[in-house]
Amino acid sequence: MFIDYQSMSVWELLAFNAPGWGGTLLKGLALSLEIAILGFLIGLLIGIFGALGKLSKNIISRDLWACYTTAVRAIPELVLILLIYFALPSALNALLNAIGLEEIEINAFIAGVLVISFVQGAYATEVIRSAMMAIPTGQIEAAQAFAMPKFKILYRISLPAMLPHALPGLSNLWLIATKDTALLAVVGFTELTLAARQAAGSTKEQLLFLSVAGLLYFIISLLSDVFFKYLIRRANKGQMHG
Amino acid sequence: MDNTPSTPTSLVAKKAPQVFRPLTWFMPHRIILIGLAIYLISLLINNLNWYWIDEYQDDILMGLWRTLVLLVTTFVTGFILAIPIGLVQVTGPKYLARLAQSFCSVIRGTPLLLQIWLIYYGIGSIFPEIEWLRDSFLWPYLTDAWPYAFLALTLSVAAYEGEIMRGAFAGVPKGELEAAKAFGMPPFKILTRIWLPRAIQRSLPVIGGEVILQLKATPLVATITLIDTYAVFSKIRQETYIVYEPLLFMTAIYLVLAGIIALMFNRLEKKNEAH
Amino acid sequence: MKIKTSAIIISASVIGLLSTSIAAQTIKVGIATEPYPPFSVPDASGNYTGWEIDIAKAICVQAKLDCEIVATAWDGIIPALLSKKIDVVAASLSITADRKRVIDFSDKYYQSGASIIGSKKASFGSTPTELDNKVIGLQAASIHVKFAKKYYPNATIKEYQSQDEANQDLYSGRIDATQADALTLESFLNSEQGKNCCDLKGMAVNDEALLGEGIGFGLRKGNAELKNQLNDAIQAIRQNGVYEQVSQSYFSFNIYGE
Repeated sequence: MFIDYQSMSVWELLAFNAPGWGGTLLKGLALSLEIAILGFLIGLLIGIFGALGKLSKNIISRDLWACYTTAVRAIPELVLILLIYFALPSALNALLNAIGLEEIEINAFIAGVLVISFVQGAYATEVIRSAMMAIPTGQIEAAQAFAMPKFKILYRISLPAMLPHALPGLSNLWLIATKDTALLAVVGFTELTLAARQAAGSTKEQLLFLSVAGLLYFIISLLSDVFFKYLIRRANKGQMHG
Repeated sequence: MDNTPSTPTSLVAKKAPQVFRPLTWFMPHRIILIGLAIYLISLLINNLNWYWIDEYQDDILMGLWRTLVLLVTTFVTGFILAIPIGLVQVTGPKYLARLAQSFCSVIRGTPLLLQIWLIYYGIGSIFPEIEWLRDSFLWPYLTDAWPYAFLALTLSVAAYEGEIMRGAFAGVPKGELEAAKAFGMPPFKILTRIWLPRAIQRSLPVIGGEVILQLKATPLVATITLIDTYAVFSKIRQETYIVYEPLLFMTAIYLVLAGIIALMFNRLEKKNEAH
Repeated sequence: MKIKTSAIIISASVIGLLSTSIAAQTIKVGIATEPYPPFSVPDASGNYTGWEIDIAKAICVQAKLDCEIVATAWDGIIPALLSKKIDVVAASLSITADRKRVIDFSDKYYQSGASIIGSKKASFGSTPTELDNKVIGLQAASIHVKFAKKYYPNATIKEYQSQDEANQDLYSGRIDATQADALTLESFLNSEQGKNCCDLKGMAVNDEALLGEGIGFGLRKGNAELKNQLNDAIQAIRQNGVYEQVSQSYFSFNIYGE
């Protein structure tokens, strides 16, 4: 019934197919990346809205977004994960019950994405806001003089112009997103870190599996570095550097 | 960790320092918002059950103390380590710079949780193979979870702050260093009198943010049996089966701590204003 | 105009995404993600095997329920039950008065005492006085933590997220002893690591109020229908021999207790 892990060599332990744990680790990695990508992109979207909200003339909007970013930057991610994973579905369902609608259940994947995007949104707001503040106001004024509608100014001028300034901060955020997925291990979601711990626990090869997981994360961060350096180079074409 | 650019390369004029004018700050919508918040909080205080706070008072205070001690000691030690790590990447011999660079890369490229587990369980798994370890003087230190948490967090601080210090050292205006050299100051004196203080002054806002980030990283030590604030509230949740209240109380504690740190650094920045 | 249509599309897809997770009629059986041999062990393909998994499946078949096995972290398993992420807890949950305040239990499906194991190199018994000044590792949120608070006030208690980690630290020598369910500790003692490092020190004092009246399925309060279905199924498989059949491949004795 029980597999004899002690007699296996390192390569057998890391094999793709069971009883080797290599496949599980890679599946966990794929899950982590999925959540990180989705969380990052949604967070980016929230960040754009947040930056606009914080830069708007409307004080109420500024204050509300300030509350959001301050709260997220002050509360530990672990606590946020617990709140969003356990408390939010209960509160949501209580609300739905009160209105008379059916209860919905939020599966682990969606909860994970929500958590990551919630956290990313707050940091992205700050990054995009400081990037937007760096756009020479002359460009915006020229566009307004042309009677460009606000949304068009946003996606034709503001977003492309703030990209070179925002990219370094965003690359940092991406790394934070990938590392924050590790925290989902605490709620029992089988992403890479938990998969590594399960493997380590079942086979008793703690050093091996934890190091391999670390190596996988490191490879992701190196690849991301290269990718973002390429993006930054492209975005900076034609930019004036004082 | 968050590295928002501290000096925007913008043509936007620098904003005048914000002065807190009480009468104009309390605008109508803010008063409504604050009133709503106070109402919500009083609702929570009255309707949810907080009886457990009495029972677990000592544990909560102990956990809070542990969190603070861990935060302060690891940040100070890590920062002291970060100074040479950052410095050597700007000045020093290429091979040392490469070494520092790869150290920062590895630590920043892997999750802290994984690092903590690797250090605690990974190293722990090879103990039985070293026979003489148990009788050595090191043994009491190796059995306690504290040294491992301390090591993991300190290395993490050293790597992240090392990156920041690298940028800070590189950003100090060369003119000041050259002037010091012209005065015949020995290199070490230049470092301690001019370069280091200026670098720290420039990066103070970012360092404040980093301390808060480090505060948020401390809950992770709960996974290796160290009882900090988060672990205490986890225990309360598990023993009393109450779901929301401990979470909310813990959130409030962390908010207050973060607020205190932010205020402290605000004070520090004001005192060390760059001219 | 464009903003409105894209907003509609976004909200529609969000609702669509959420509605795909509207609760179907399957019963979610929650188990712990951490290995707990011989009751539940994850293998490399993500499947969980073990006595408890087999019994849970057998009971589902008997009660004609459509069950789905969901793994959750052990220390969040009761909150997961309460927040309806799972409907039944099948993670060797002991029936205790404390837990009964918050959740409901089915009848017991096995019963086992608590034993204490420790390093081979040290010799001490399992009486509370002999455990004074020792470092004892326990699984957080387990009945043994409350037990230790009462019976071993002079010992140092370390809490781990899973029994597996406590065993690991016992092997590393960081703790002197650990107390847990006798069956799972026996499984550990039979493993490679356990054989080399540790041996059985004895059974813990049998305090039923703290150690529970057996292991039962955890249920939300007010779920009488499911509870009756499970209880009937437990009785049925004990009578028609399925229980014995499953247990034979894991245990050589009767683990149901009296």
